[in-house]
Amino acid sequence: MPLLEVKDLKTYFATGDGVVKAVDGVSFSVEKGQTLGIVGESGSGKSVTCLTIMGLNPKQRTTSTGQALFNGEDLLKASPSRLREIRGNDIAMVFQDPMTSLNPVHTIGAQLVEAVLLHRDVSKAQARRRALELLKQVGIPRAERRLDDYPHQFSGGMRQRVMIAMALINDPDLLIADEPTTALDVTTQAQILALIEKLQSDYDSAVIMITHDLGVIAEIADDVIVMYAAEVVEKAPFDRIFKHPHHPYTWGLMGSLPRLDADLERLIQIPGQPPSLLRPPPGCRFHPRCAYVMEICRSKEPRLLPVPDEPTHLQACHLDEETKEREAARLLQTFATGAA
Amino acid sequence: MIRYIIRRCIWAVALFIVVTMIGFVLFYLIPADPAKFACGKACTQVQVDKVAHYLGTDRPLYIQYLKFLGRLMPVSFSGGPHLKSPDLGHSFVNRQPVTSIVGAAAPVTASLVFGGMVIWMLIALPVGILSALRPRSLLDRTSMTGVLIGISAHPVWLGLIASYLIGYKLGWTPIAGYANFFHPLFAQPGGPVQWAYHLLLPWMTFAILFAAVYVRMIRANVMETMNEDYVRTARAKGAPETRVMRSHILRNALLPVVTMLGMDVGLALGGAVFTETVYSLPGLGAQTIQSLNNYDSPTVLGILVFATTAIIVMNLVVDLLYAWIDPRIRLS
Repeated sequence: MPLLEVKDLKTYFATGDGVVKAVDGVSFSVEKGQTLGIVGESGSGKSVTCLTIMGLNPKQRTTSTGQALFNGEDLLKASPSRLREIRGNDIAMVFQDPMTSLNPVHTIGAQLVEAVLLHRDVSKAQARRRALELLKQVGIPRAERRLDDYPHQFSGGMRQRVMIAMALINDPDLLIADEPTTALDVTTQAQILALIEKLQSDYDSAVIMITHDLGVIAEIADDVIVMYAAEVVEKAPFDRIFKHPHHPYTWGLMGSLPRLDADLERLIQIPGQPPSLLRPPPGCRFHPRCAYVMEICRSKEPRLLPVPDEPTHLQACHLDEETKEREAARLLQTFATGAA
Repeated sequence: MIRYIIRRCIWAVALFIVVTMIGFVLFYLIPADPAKFACGKACTQVQVDKVAHYLGTDRPLYIQYLKFLGRLMPVSFSGGPHLKSPDLGHSFVNRQPVTSIVGAAAPVTASLVFGGMVIWMLIALPVGILSALRPRSLLDRTSMTGVLIGISAHPVWLGLIASYLIGYKLGWTPIAGYANFFHPLFAQPGGPVQWAYHLLLPWMTFAILFAAVYVRMIRANVMETMNEDYVRTARAKGAPETRVMRSHILRNALLPVVTMLGMDVGLALGGAVFTETVYSLPGLGAQTIQSLNNYDSPTVLGILVFATTAIIVMNLVVDLLYAWIDPRIRLS
């Protein structure tokens, strides 16, 4: 049994303009000790998927259906108090912006201790010792002295380390990291990713890494999901995604990845804007931006199907297998050499 | 921290001088002779000149001002330097020391303002928080309508209506008047119970405007704070909603309210004029009106000095309090 199995998850928000289908039928699973990467543009539903699993969406005007089985227990049906037991204890989350994710009026020690005391029946002194231990593990220098400092006395990278310490303090089975490196500079990004990888192997946790950056995925993911307009368009093991990407949107993501070793004049961008989730386009949701659009794409929505002979590689595109392999090879060559 | 306090004190002295100077000049500009007024209608010019000399109003303005400052100093240099108690001079009208006039009126105004503040916070906190939790609900819409009425209605009108309906028609409270908290004067009501009983209507009248402003402010602050990332972090840790509200939302949302409270106490002193007039409370506001009508500049200036000092001290206290509750200010 997988640690987390998400089946046909849908999250709809009722707004004044209509129903926003923020997540529309997403399925995936995560095994113990594994890292799943979820990639996609802003607004593709990556974060909402995870917030739904955590039960952190606003209560009003939100409907979530489907299943999120965590150790066999459906989180979508769990009571608020059961969810509180799970949150921060079995499933923990690290958020995108470390500058605003810590409460400015409490010391980081107090915030770490709170996380322990909410789930463990230990004394304050024991909780504090645990907090100190975690701060040392995430590499905060002079951790003893910094325990009583306030968030504004830490840099962005240090705050994200504190957030990671807070997420791991109760030894969760699953860590959800929602763009944990987006707000950080590149050198700090690499350190934070290395830290998450190291702690993951130390604690044997599973990780869901949400990102819009394929570079991050390349660093740490075992499996990759590509999301577009609230749906999964491609799902594959890490090496398949990078060597045999099948969906034109995935190609676009790869083309827009800056590389030091290639000699491109400018990055290749995906033309147009992501569609409105109030009224997504008919047929394939990517068709208005797709360079390979065919007649069928405008009317019939492609299903997420396995690639022939590759049962772990799923993709949702009407193009035939031969074209996909050929175009993928050609484009990867282009990105690598810079030859147009 | 010490440097900060010193800087604030220097600033306070400068502010004090500017305020009293303006007060002085304004009085000088009034085209009426206080000596003539103090002397009475039947006085001859010779008698008026004598009175003017006695009151000191025949001296140039700057001499009058310096003498005023000299009286305020806690040290005197005439006959060798020695300490003395600061003095605000004597009323032109009845020759009473201004210090004792202010001393008698200040507790009345303080009772009104601080009691009113407690009431407006008791109204504003729960209503503001509940409105923020259920935006656009019936409670929220009702309270926002109440806020609009509270802001629009003038305290004099509110006071007269309340005094007529609750005090006169229903007879639940006194119509007007004040009862001393400590020493009841002979044959007059006094003591804490009578004090609160007499102040009930004035407190309500006084609190409505500010309660309205504060409901709106607290509602907006709480709603804004609820969307902060660190509130989501607290929920992600598994914190129960009551704890999220208390420790993470309110702790942050009420920071600006503390500052506003400090500033509004000063504003409230001015607003007290209306309430005191309506309910015949012998406070600073009523005293100011009376003294202004009598061209009694020492008393008005004395009240000005007292009010300025009170506001400066209050702001200093709030700033220090704010530095204490907000770590970001404390350490920078």
